Amino acid sequence: MNDATFLARTVLLGVPLYLLLVVVLRGASAVVKHAVAVVAGLGVAALLVLVMPPGSLSYIVTFLLMGSVYAVITLGLNVQWGYTGLFNIGVAAFFAIGAFTSALFTTLEPTGAMAAFTQQAFGLGAPFWVGLLAAGLVAGLLALVVGSPTLRLRGDYLAIATIGISELVRLVFQNERWLANGPQPLRGLPQPLSCLTSSNGCSYLPDFINTFFAPLSPRDYPYVYVAIVALVLFLVYMGLERAIRSPWGRVLRAVREDEDSAAMSGKNVAAFRMQAFVVGAVIMGIGGSLYAHYVVAIDYGHFDPLYGTFLIWVMLMLGGSGNNRGAVLGALLVWAIWTGASFLVDAMRPTLASISPDLPQRGPYIRFFLIALLMLFIVLYRPRGVLPEEKVVSLARD
Amino acid sequence: MTEAPSLSRGRAFRRAASTALSSRWSLVALLALLAVLTVVFGALEGISGSRLLGLTVRGVLLGGVLALGALGITLVFGVLKMANFAHGDYMTTGAYLGLVVMALLPAGAPVLGLGFGYEFVVALIVVMPLTGLVAYGLDRITFRRLRRRRAAPVMMAMAALGLAFGVRSIVYMVFGADFTFYYQGAARPVVELLPGLRVRTDQLFILGAAVVLIILVYLLLERTKIGKAMRAMADNADLARISGIATERVVFWTWLISGALAGAGGMLYGLDVQLRPEMGWWLLLPLFAAVILGSIGHVYGALFGALVMGIVWQVSSAFVNPAYGPAAAFVVMILALLVRPQGLMGGER
Repeated sequence: MNDATFLARTVLLGVPLYLLLVVVLRGASAVVKHAVAVVAGLGVAALLVLVMPPGSLSYIVTFLLMGSVYAVITLGLNVQWGYTGLFNIGVAAFFAIGAFTSALFTTLEPTGAMAAFTQQAFGLGAPFWVGLLAAGLVAGLLALVVGSPTLRLRGDYLAIATIGISELVRLVFQNERWLANGPQPLRGLPQPLSCLTSSNGCSYLPDFINTFFAPLSPRDYPYVYVAIVALVLFLVYMGLERAIRSPWGRVLRAVREDEDSAAMSGKNVAAFRMQAFVVGAVIMGIGGSLYAHYVVAIDYGHFDPLYGTFLIWVMLMLGGSGNNRGAVLGALLVWAIWTGASFLVDAMRPTLASISPDLPQRGPYIRFFLIALLMLFIVLYRPRGVLPEEKVVSLARD
Repeated sequence: MTEAPSLSRGRAFRRAASTALSSRWSLVALLALLAVLTVVFGALEGISGSRLLGLTVRGVLLGGVLALGALGITLVFGVLKMANFAHGDYMTTGAYLGLVVMALLPAGAPVLGLGFGYEFVVALIVVMPLTGLVAYGLDRITFRRLRRRRAAPVMMAMAALGLAFGVRSIVYMVFGADFTFYYQGAARPVVELLPGLRVRTDQLFILGAAVVLIILVYLLLERTKIGKAMRAMADNADLARISGIATERVVFWTWLISGALAGAGGMLYGLDVQLRPEMGWWLLLPLFAAVILGSIGHVYGALFGALVMGIVWQVSSAFVNPAYGPAAAFVVMILALLVRPQGLMGGER
């Protein structure tokens, strides 16, 4: 690794570390805090790039990247369940609709020979950020449609309604070929700023930036994307923290704790429930878009209730519902357990093979079993999670 | 203040109108309207009446299986006040336990013009209490602990979700992800019920078995002491407890019955269609649609709901891709909830 590659990687990895420090550091003035965060973030990034073997480091970067994507979705669920008490077990619906919306907005409709293999309703070829916003918007609209008949019903009815919507969305993307290539994956989603890692550089960026990142090869793309995901996660997190400490957030918690007394204080409970449901869905849709542009090819199978809903619930419950830090921490922890378990299962292959020759290839299900056990353990013994909800004091007007 | 009387009269009128609109009969009217629309659209799309009739008959047959699952959900909800999202996976458990038991039994020749031998019936009888015990055992290690802590119903539902995925991942580990049949490649004899209306003899057996089980449940609830205790606890758990009803015993019987029905439902569905680890999860939606349509906690409502949802599932396949059947049931449930949120049998609000 030469110095130029080192610098480029350090700067990119410095972004998530800087944002993390901005969230974690307390006290001091804003200027001091940001200065410390920049220096420490870049310092830690430089150390990591220097010390870690490149293979392990890129593994960690990919891990952080997917963990952060899930953290965004978990934050969305936290608005709905953690703060407002809406039992949405159809997260996959909003996750999937975000991913597919973003895909349709950013890809181009196939022409010529490709049209025989790929069908899609439309393809706008819009930039990534348009896809990201559209994903949030469409997921929010879906929440509006789903929420209006079901939100005023009891908790378990909403649960069933959301299961229904997630199954319906999955069935539509599985069976409607014209919409988003049906059972076949929709491929070729553009990766934002991937031109930075190509030899030509990005035409829309000034030369000095292109020169700075020129040493990066396409294999370094996760370093770029982790910075983008971290930025989105940071913005969502900061926005939510502010919203939760506002009078609006206070009403959400009041609705969760005691609907009747919230209504008696003149709050329109139905409207607040709907707002929380839609805000959460928008965030989930954005998470779906982030996911889709990283994996590049998506199909309905990615949004199975196991991956699309259950894993995210475990993340929120483990981290601590009603606590945004907990949601992010839970997402990273569960993602660590989930990916770590695959090593465990790999290591157990000989043992599994000695029990039954079929067992080693069913390894993924062993992971699911562990996650299900984790969920039961949390519900039974640690229902408040690792970082329980804190008493939130609203911001003073300044 | 002079306007107050007319204002309140308007309000009273609106309230009366909304009560009338959300009455039991308007729900029935909605379902009738859907049926009429189906026939009209069917005629416009060129779908013959006999095809619709055939699908309706198939829907009734499917409704029998759904009723077994829906009864279990509604019983558990009535007695324990929790939505058991693991119920579909208990059906899967029953179906696969059936596969294991049948592998232990010597396979006999098909009997009475059916597609299966006596061993299926034996397996059914063995699997029912087994699944019931599984359901009770899982309650002991999860829900009971939550009940003791007086946890919120939502925490129960969440534990049920954990169980659902846990049970399914065990099925995946033991049996793999592929679908399978009780009788691979066996002949499936058919019989002509009406001219042009053919059903498999197996399906008639399935409906018969479902009806027998439903009658047994009815007798158990209405004629036995434990049934009376279950109804008492469904009515008012605290009152039941202070009247000296052994609630844990009622809980045991509730899970045993509901699990046994789930096991039977799973095996019968597996016989009709196929066995796959996701079958229970996919059934969960039409099952809850049936239970909610008939008012959750109401036994007879669940039976009615199951019948409606079975028919909706099958008849919808004349219009849309058959894969959407369970989703069609779900859409009808949403429509029904818009008219009458408490379901068919629920009390007036």
